Amino acid sequence: MTTNIRYKSRIPIKSDETVEEKQYVGFATLPNQVHRKSVKKGFDFTLMVAGESGMGKSTLVNSLFLTDLYKDRKLLNAEERINQTVEIIKHTVDIEEKGVKLKLTIVDTPGFGDAVNNNECWKPITDYIDQQFEQYFRDESGLNRKNIQDNRVHCCLYFIPPFGHGLRPVDVEFMKALHEKVNVVPLIAKADCLTPSEIKKLKDRVRDEIERFGIKVYQFPECDSDEDEEFKQLDKELKECCPFAVIGSNTVVEARGQRVRGRLYPWGIVEVENQSHCDFVKLRNILIRSHMHDLKDVTCDMHYENYRAQCIQDMTSKLTQDNRMESPIPMLPQSTPDVETDRLIKMKDEELARMQEMLNKMQQQIHDGKDQ
Amino acid sequence: MAATDVDIFSNEEKRNLSLGGHVGFDSLPDQLVSKSVTQGFCFNILCVGETGIGKSTLMNTLFNTMFENEEASHYQNGVCMRPRTYDLQESNVHLKLTIVDTVGFGDQINKEESYKPIVDYIDTQFENYLQEELKIKRSLFNYHDGRIHICLYFIAPTGHSLKSLDLVTMKKLDSKVNIIPIIAKADTISKSELHKFKIKIMSELVSNGVQIYQFPTDDDAVTEINSSMNAHLPFAVVGSIEEVKVGNKTVRARQYPWGVVQVENESHCDFVKLREMLIRVNMEDLREQTHARHYELYRRCKLEEMGFKDTDPDCEPFSLQETYEAKRKEFMGDLQKKEEEMRQMFVNKVKETEAELKEKERELHNKFEQLKHMHQEEKRKVEEKRRELEEEMNAFNRRKVAAETLSLAQPLKKDKDKKNRSVKTENQSGVSLSNSKVMMAKASVEPLNCDSWWQAIQCCTCLVHNAAWRQGLF
Repeated sequence: MTTNIRYKSRIPIKSDETVEEKQYVGFATLPNQVHRKSVKKGFDFTLMVAGESGMGKSTLVNSLFLTDLYKDRKLLNAEERINQTVEIIKHTVDIEEKGVKLKLTIVDTPGFGDAVNNNECWKPITDYIDQQFEQYFRDESGLNRKNIQDNRVHCCLYFIPPFGHGLRPVDVEFMKALHEKVNVVPLIAKADCLTPSEIKKLKDRVRDEIERFGIKVYQFPECDSDEDEEFKQLDKELKECCPFAVIGSNTVVEARGQRVRGRLYPWGIVEVENQSHCDFVKLRNILIRSHMHDLKDVTCDMHYENYRAQCIQDMTSKLTQDNRMESPIPMLPQSTPDVETDRLIKMKDEELARMQEMLNKMQQQIHDGKDQ
Repeated sequence: MAATDVDIFSNEEKRNLSLGGHVGFDSLPDQLVSKSVTQGFCFNILCVGETGIGKSTLMNTLFNTMFENEEASHYQNGVCMRPRTYDLQESNVHLKLTIVDTVGFGDQINKEESYKPIVDYIDTQFENYLQEELKIKRSLFNYHDGRIHICLYFIAPTGHSLKSLDLVTMKKLDSKVNIIPIIAKADTISKSELHKFKIKIMSELVSNGVQIYQFPTDDDAVTEINSSMNAHLPFAVVGSIEEVKVGNKTVRARQYPWGVVQVENESHCDFVKLREMLIRVNMEDLREQTHARHYELYRRCKLEEMGFKDTDPDCEPFSLQETYEAKRKEFMGDLQKKEEEMRQMFVNKVKETEAELKEKERELHNKFEQLKHMHQEEKRKVEEKRRELEEEMNAFNRRKVAAETLSLAQPLKKDKDKKNRSVKTENQSGVSLSNSKVMMAKASVEPLNCDSWWQAIQCCTCLVHNAAWRQGLF
């Protein structure tokens, strides 16, 4: 809502026609053109959810996008999970709102952190992200670039359990493995088991630990200085709220005369969209309403570029090491014979030295024999 | 001894007699009670659960007091047990309460070894008691019994099922201690979800053969309440030490923006049930079970391991002492045998190494002799060749001189003879040259461009040596 309003207000109001006609060029309508084109093209967004079983990931995704993505899902028993490996499951849906089409892909990671031995359980996830980058890199470097499918992961929501005193080792390791590949947004899951003071304490703890371990979570961009105060205030509040404490719900309940998404307890009703109950609304605004495109931009401009640069660097360094490989970069051919002869010369030298030594020893012995 | 006594008595018939008046032995239980009250009671609780799941808070809530407990960190390398003993008193009953905490449980990335410290701790307590029992001079009444009477296993309220770690740990513990599983932080699960969750947990426990503690239903006074409670397992509890004003009362509760969760409200959580079962009704039964079932099992296994049996092959009861003596003799015998073996091995090894060394020495000596021979051979050959070359050189010089004198003496015949001689000399030098070439060819090396004969010879010597070396004769 806010974004639309902002754009609309940029169109100059034709108050004085005669003066305006001379000065008005018309490129102020560019935003509108961009808007129209983008609506026609449609958007895509890939969201990854990661966290242990039972943290409410699926429920939150359903609440965020107001659909039911997880019909007929089979949950494993504890016994089956003892040695479980992490899978990557993609759900793609096309949703539309007011003419704007969104191709939403949710990447689910069932099995993360569920086994008894969770060493490197994040490896399948990092491999998947790298794969998507590689795919895009290849497509981008190809000849026919008309229909590139962008499957890169734009955002990863990581669910931190609220039952502990802060981050656990597996949380730290996971975020450190991923923070340079994808935008990590940490969330405190199932926040309805924490009182407001406990939430505050936990958030401070988690923020401290994130800083202490050097984890680079997704930073909201600074708002421009020419924005209005209200917006700046909101932005500041948002940043202080991180990590968001969220509650999700698949059910609709009756509260205060309205039908809302919530959870019904004997002692009260938790409303998912009530700002004083949890940060769900803030998360939704950030993720969908204001920063979706920024997340995509950061993925393209930072994470993907880093990956690309690393990839190219690896390729060229590998080539310089291995002379005999075919390469598009022309290599000097004289290097090869030198290496060979050098090697042979070295070998011969060593042999000679060894023989010399043995000779000396023999002579010594002969001398001793003679003396005796 | 006890077995034989009972045998004698069971042959006689037990007779029931009726009393004529009030004798007074119905005060026996009271005497027992007053004795135990003066003695004081002892109870040990083990709390197993992830860090931050609410173990300390629940203990505080259960016993209505503040046990001093620092928050544990998530970054422990392994699980460590933290036992703390407290003296509590209510009315005139003393209770020596030991609470054992598992610090760091469930925090590591690799949790395969997490259950070991817990099992070891329980076994150690059993072992200590066993040792005390086996002592010659023992004081069991004074002994501080550290055996765990109850293990409260805290299950995280995910709402789906047990975690794999929970299953593995409970399987390891169920034969050693009474386990009561409880769902911690139950204010995050709604009623319908809770019902499903409980059913799932119990079915998982049953299908994996985990034996949790069943409240006893054989005692008439408590059978009803116990059997109904058995159906409510696992208890979903909420713990809190903060007090909140509700209505006109102040109760222990948790205050949320959407309501207040009262700890002692039965429709909110099962805390009251847990307290009833654990403390008010079944505490004594827990202690009994620990002693009669778990401890006896441990004792039997341990003693069987050591080789004790109740009856020997002839069905005569063994005395502990005899068995012990026999065992000891066996053990000493074993020790001595092992010592002998090791000594033998050591001696053998020494012999072996000595033999090896001698062998090597001999070999080296032979080789040396061989090489010396070869060296001398080569030297001789080279000397021969040198002599040959020298002779040829001399011959050539003589012929040269002769040719020169001839040419000087006969200048007229120069043209004709010159050709001949030049041819001849050429031939001879060619022959000589070809000789050296042949030699070089024999030495199988490429022809080198040498200016003088002596250089050529030197090259030859080197080359010959080189050839010999290359063939590995040295």
